[in-house]
Amino acid sequence: MHRIFSLLLLLSISGQGYAITTDLADDASPKLSLVVNQLPKTKLRNMASLIEQISQSQEPQTRDILQFMLDGELYFLKANKQVVRAQNTATKLYQLTDVLTEQSLFEVKKSSISKIKTNNRLRSTLRSIIAKIDLTNKNKQVRLQAVQQLLSSPSKASTAIITELIGNEQDQDVQALMSTTLSLQQLKTGDIDEKIAALTQLSGSLEPTVKNEIIRLLANLPDKELSTKQQNLRELLSSTLDEIESQASFYGAVETVFFGLSLGSVLLLAAIGLAITFGVMGVINMAHGEMIMLGAYTTYVIQLAFPSMIEYSLLIAVPAAFIVSGSVGILIERGVIRFLKGRPLETLLATFGISLILQQLVRTIFSPLNRQVISPEWMSGSWQINPIFSLTFNRLYIIIFSIFVFISLLTILKKTSLGLHVRAVSQNRDMARALSIKSNRVDAITFGLGSGIAGVAGVVLSQLTNVGPNLGQAYIIDSFLVVVFGGVGNLWGTLVAAMSLGLTNKFLEPLTGSVLANIIVLVGLVLFIQKRPKGLFPQKGRSTD
Amino acid sequence: MNTPLTEDATKQSLFPSRNPLHLTIGILFITTLLVTLGNLIFPETSAFHVSDYTVSLLGKYLCYALLALAVDLVWGYCGILSLGHGAFFTLGGYAMGMYLMRQIGDRGVYGNPELPDFMVFLNLTELPWFWAGSDSIVWMVCMVFLGPGLLAFIFGSLAFRSRVSGVYLSIMTQAMTYALMLAFFRNEMGFGGNNGLTDFKEIFGFSLQSPNTKLGLFIATAVILALAYCLCHFIVKSKMGRVVTAIRDAESRVRFVGYKPEHYKVWIFVVSAMLAGLAGALYVPQVGIINPGEFSPLNSIEMVIWVAVGGRNSLYGAIIGAILVSYAKTRFTAIMPEAWLFALGGLFVLVTLLLPKGIAGLMSSIKQKFSKTPTTTQANS
Repeated sequence: MHRIFSLLLLLSISGQGYAITTDLADDASPKLSLVVNQLPKTKLRNMASLIEQISQSQEPQTRDILQFMLDGELYFLKANKQVVRAQNTATKLYQLTDVLTEQSLFEVKKSSISKIKTNNRLRSTLRSIIAKIDLTNKNKQVRLQAVQQLLSSPSKASTAIITELIGNEQDQDVQALMSTTLSLQQLKTGDIDEKIAALTQLSGSLEPTVKNEIIRLLANLPDKELSTKQQNLRELLSSTLDEIESQASFYGAVETVFFGLSLGSVLLLAAIGLAITFGVMGVINMAHGEMIMLGAYTTYVIQLAFPSMIEYSLLIAVPAAFIVSGSVGILIERGVIRFLKGRPLETLLATFGISLILQQLVRTIFSPLNRQVISPEWMSGSWQINPIFSLTFNRLYIIIFSIFVFISLLTILKKTSLGLHVRAVSQNRDMARALSIKSNRVDAITFGLGSGIAGVAGVVLSQLTNVGPNLGQAYIIDSFLVVVFGGVGNLWGTLVAAMSLGLTNKFLEPLTGSVLANIIVLVGLVLFIQKRPKGLFPQKGRSTD
Repeated sequence: MNTPLTEDATKQSLFPSRNPLHLTIGILFITTLLVTLGNLIFPETSAFHVSDYTVSLLGKYLCYALLALAVDLVWGYCGILSLGHGAFFTLGGYAMGMYLMRQIGDRGVYGNPELPDFMVFLNLTELPWFWAGSDSIVWMVCMVFLGPGLLAFIFGSLAFRSRVSGVYLSIMTQAMTYALMLAFFRNEMGFGGNNGLTDFKEIFGFSLQSPNTKLGLFIATAVILALAYCLCHFIVKSKMGRVVTAIRDAESRVRFVGYKPEHYKVWIFVVSAMLAGLAGALYVPQVGIINPGEFSPLNSIEMVIWVAVGGRNSLYGAIIGAILVSYAKTRFTAIMPEAWLFALGGLFVLVTLLLPKGIAGLMSSIKQKFSKTPTTTQANS
């Protein structure tokens, strides 16, 4: 009766419902536009049933409309009673969106629209209706999120919804989370027996809310004159808490290892090019850091040149950076370093000069400010393994990528004829030349290879830090220390050194803070090199200085 | 008399009959005298007037020259390329800075007679233990030598005993100054963190703002530079210095002959570090600030280029190099700041490629061409 009455009213006002009335007659679920358009006229006390009607429509916009109402963004135009979503803009005007068609409308002043009112009771109804809609969504992620939402703000209504839906739930993850929510509610509100039962259910759950609830319960238990049951409960509570905490500290350690490995991979990438130029060729290249910087800027330029292909920019940038840094490296070798053969200290100074020139060049071309390199979609986000432990994709990819680079480099040095020549020249230049190896050509190519890999490291670093003229300087000392620590001329040593430095740094960090951790690692390395000047894995040989 | 091979360059300099020691000291004396007269006697309108700004700028250059002397002593004469001399310089500077900080007394912003401003700001209630005694001149003078000397002794004896040399040593010295920079940037270190020590008021009771104090500091720096030059000259000429030079040229042979090269190396490294610390201590009152930025590896490398430009292997070359490069830096950064790093970088490359012996080497070869006398390079008779 009520519906028909309001329907008549509606017809008389808007006149757009003629065709719809017939639909309404043979369809059990009400047409969304009809019920929504009743919102402006409905009294607050009748609103609950109207919301119920809205929720029954199966339209895709239903959830959004309810959400807007919950968020207080649902208004109607005073002029024609059209229901709109109104968002406050910077200009103090309200941007309107048609809730049914989701089209942007015009901007109006506050005075020409009026809010569709809600109260607390309605809001909680809205919340549970939205939760219900989400919990029946086809997408697993949406369902998981909805349960998470309920878990963080448990209430009687949410318990009811979950109890209703848990039977229909197909997915194991969602179901597990649902039963955690139920158990948590039971733990909160049940009597002692129920609490104990809930606790056995909850053991092993890593949700932060569960932990907080256990801590709260423990604090609320009276200190003295506990009954046996209370005693039991307390023991159970503290043992569950212990279990949660030991799990948490385990995952914390795993996370630190992960961070350490990812820092180690960055160090490895930065140092491995140096391991070739310094370690294998014996040429000290202070401009190595600038090769890294050039790689990072190459990424920036590529993103600038192809703004529509951000997703693939890194894939283009890796070979491009290799070519850019590699050719600059070959230029440096041909132009400067080859004249300084056998004078390591002079080489050090000259390449340092080159690094200053390159830095200033970049500063002049790109300005001294940091440049923003965009992370593609697939690099962001994380892999959520459990509520307290997740691995970010960018770090994961970097670890994989650096190992890939390491293996390819190892293959080049061990399996190709170029690698054979490089090793021959590095072991005994004169003998290699006598065997008709063109040592000059090998030098240039090796230097290009090392520099090119530094460029690739720059692409990776552009995803982690700011791209600026000083990018390279931050890594040069670390890279040298990694190479020296690992043992010159030994790629495996470089790998071990980079990873162990990364891990040490990350394990020290929570104890000492990041700066002090850095200092401790530096001092430790300096002391280590005093003890073993040839590094972890010294090259065997009989040569002396 | 035996003429060691390496002294050849100095002997055959522009004025072969004169001792470079006398010449350098003489030029230094005359310059100082002229600058003093120019600053005090000639009025500001006169063409001969030397402004207060120029006086303190020259004072700064002389500090750099002293520092270059220190670098030259280890690099040119012992073959130790230290990329961390900035650390010794800065430590000496901090020792002086701490003394000057305490001289501020209650004239600081917070007016605390005991604690420097930054400590009040960090909510410290009493001086940290390592600041004890920092208000006495004796303590300050001791620390200027002890701080850098001790660091050099520990670092040197560790490094040289395990026979770390060449490029490895250079990188380790660089790591050392880098670590110190990171450490001094922390507020917890108790050395003023990021901002360092500044806002000094007076030294030995003389106001640091007054032009006469600036002139006095300039003269003091010149005198100390002259003394240090004599000391270095003496060291290089002494028997010990010749062992050091021999170590540079053939360390293994010196060892086989029966010397302990590491002892000589540590010794020369410590002396050099102390000289660098002294330079830092003279530098701080003239520029009025010391902060952890001075530890930055780039500074240390700039010192090396002074010596490379001037010519390692000759003490006066280091002084010329330091003054020339610093002057070029002042001019460049004033006219076109972006170009300075290009120029400095180019200098590194060109000097190492074309002028391996620096200006001093160039002068002696020009001299040789003009006099057309064959060089007498008799090693031992």
